Amino acid sequence: MSSTSFSRNESRYFYALAALGLFIVFLGYLGMHTMEEHGHIVSGMNNQIVWGLPHVFAIFMIVAASGVLNIGSIGTVFGQAPYKIRTPLAGVIAIGLLSGGLAVLMLDLGRPDRIIIAATYFNPTSVFAWNIFLYSGFFTLAVLYLWTSMEKRMYAWSKPVGFAMFTWRVILTSGTGLIFAFLVVRQAYASALLPPMFIVLSFAWGLAVFLLVQSAMFAWHDKTIDPAILKRMKNLLGIFVISSLYLVAAYHMTNLYFAKQTGFELFILRDGGIYPMLFWGGYVLIGSLLPLALVYTPGLGGAKSTVAASSLVVIGSFALLYVFIIGGQAYPLSIFPGYEVSSSFGDGQIGKYIPSLPEVLLGSGGLAIAYLITLVGTRIFNTMPDDASAVAAKNDH
Amino acid sequence: MNQANIDTNPNLDAKTNLDRRDFLTKSSVGLAGLAIAPGMLLFDLAHGRAQDEAVSNKVRWGMLIDNNQCESGCNDCVTACNTENGLSGGTKPTDSQWIRKVQLKDTHSGHISSLPMMCQHCDEPPCVDVCPTQASFKRADGIVLVDKHICIGCRYCVMACPYQARSFVHEVLTDQKTEVPRGKGTVESCTLCVHRIDKGETTACAEACTKAGHNAILFGDLNDPESAIAKRIRSVASTQIRADLGLNTGIRYEGI
Repeated sequence: MSSTSFSRNESRYFYALAALGLFIVFLGYLGMHTMEEHGHIVSGMNNQIVWGLPHVFAIFMIVAASGVLNIGSIGTVFGQAPYKIRTPLAGVIAIGLLSGGLAVLMLDLGRPDRIIIAATYFNPTSVFAWNIFLYSGFFTLAVLYLWTSMEKRMYAWSKPVGFAMFTWRVILTSGTGLIFAFLVVRQAYASALLPPMFIVLSFAWGLAVFLLVQSAMFAWHDKTIDPAILKRMKNLLGIFVISSLYLVAAYHMTNLYFAKQTGFELFILRDGGIYPMLFWGGYVLIGSLLPLALVYTPGLGGAKSTVAASSLVVIGSFALLYVFIIGGQAYPLSIFPGYEVSSSFGDGQIGKYIPSLPEVLLGSGGLAIAYLITLVGTRIFNTMPDDASAVAAKNDH
Repeated sequence: MNQANIDTNPNLDAKTNLDRRDFLTKSSVGLAGLAIAPGMLLFDLAHGRAQDEAVSNKVRWGMLIDNNQCESGCNDCVTACNTENGLSGGTKPTDSQWIRKVQLKDTHSGHISSLPMMCQHCDEPPCVDVCPTQASFKRADGIVLVDKHICIGCRYCVMACPYQARSFVHEVLTDQKTEVPRGKGTVESCTLCVHRIDKGETTACAEACTKAGHNAILFGDLNDPESAIAKRIRSVASTQIRADLGLNTGIRYEGI
């Protein structure tokens, strides 16, 4: 499909959708501007909870960006035709998500005006600094990946570039997990399980976002997805959701086993108010069990169920990240094991955090950036999956 | 010395020249040593440092805090720190606190005590490891600082600090002290009163504690075996907080 075949009405819808995205980006700008002008005092963050809601949005987008390209990897690295034709769409969404995530991460800095310093002063021992390399490499490889999967003359390169992209993704998402895993004194984070957990979470979240965008595109073009392909994809989502649950359970179970971590686990899983509620209700029930029911219950699992399941997985991901990032900081540091402590600086107390409007706007603005890039990218490039040709190719084979 | 001598006995002349050079070299080194030694001696005695002299790792500044001498109700060290460094003294969760009094209650024995808590000036500081821009750094003399010009305000160091010693400046600051640069959107913590140390003075908290008659904070050079702090650390049982982390802190405690 080329852009010239869009009808006048479609164009109007497109511009309306783009205007909506731009408006939310503008709201995000307002949020950022307020925080920039007044400082983080206008956010809900404080000296106990230094990473707030913007980090939840940013890390969701960065992890999902990596995961959405898993679609491409299944196609180019593992040779699955229905996934291969989805590589361009996956590439566009991934670039959008990473842009949105990084924008939020950078604009939430105390001094976003100094971001260039992150490139001019490099600390080789900082996993944050490694991530700056990993993100730039991801962009470069994703663009190359798009090129080799869309330009016929470059098809021969799609496999090696796909391999490089696959490897890079694994390292990048491990890097995201390591940002937390290296925090040796934080009870919530110091675990070697975090990099693999983030990788598996990225598979689930990326596929969920992909399925949402894909269903929107098929609806836009008034087409239906080949039922066999849809079945494969929704079953894959189910497997990723189960795998995520397994790793999240393993992470909490190992923590529960260590006596020194029991207090933290009871806080997150039972006594911590909003955090256990979001964990069990948001992540486990809404974000995992309900999607699994929608995917696997006989009679369900059609296009609508898949969209519903994917939306729930995305909602669950926000719940999990909120518990992980904010709940993880809310529980006080164990500075004096064996003592009850108190001070004027939050020692021994549960940190309080209520997200503020500027934070919500900044995070939403990042999502809108991802949405706009995907919207414009899918219009400019030929990203509509052509299942008929894939099915025909498979039959010929 | 004439031409004939050179021609007739070249080896002897070469030896003479070498002896003379050797003598000159040795005597100049000796003279230079004599000239510098009193300066070095003075440096060692005063622990001061000339303005144009680089910081040396021969010195490691630290403090020994005697928990038994620290009085529960006393907050003089905190007040002195706030005054010295231009902090507001506010205790909202968004306010900066470079030093705080922590009340401790042993969960088994019920014994109650209190101590001042601040940046522990680690030898292996996690904040320095994680800082993406090298804004968090350790000076050669062991003082851990934040370069306010290159801190981007990512707060990763706040996440990594085992002692919750760092604060993030949440709002615009006014009436700052010229000797203590601070800025909205950057991270800060106890500087061990670096501006005073560089003038050969002690830290504001130690000074206030002594003035209050508690003498709970002993400041000095951990590397100097003759310093009061080094002698005391050798003679009494002291501990590092979270010693299990292996960070080799510059702040030590006794009585906990």
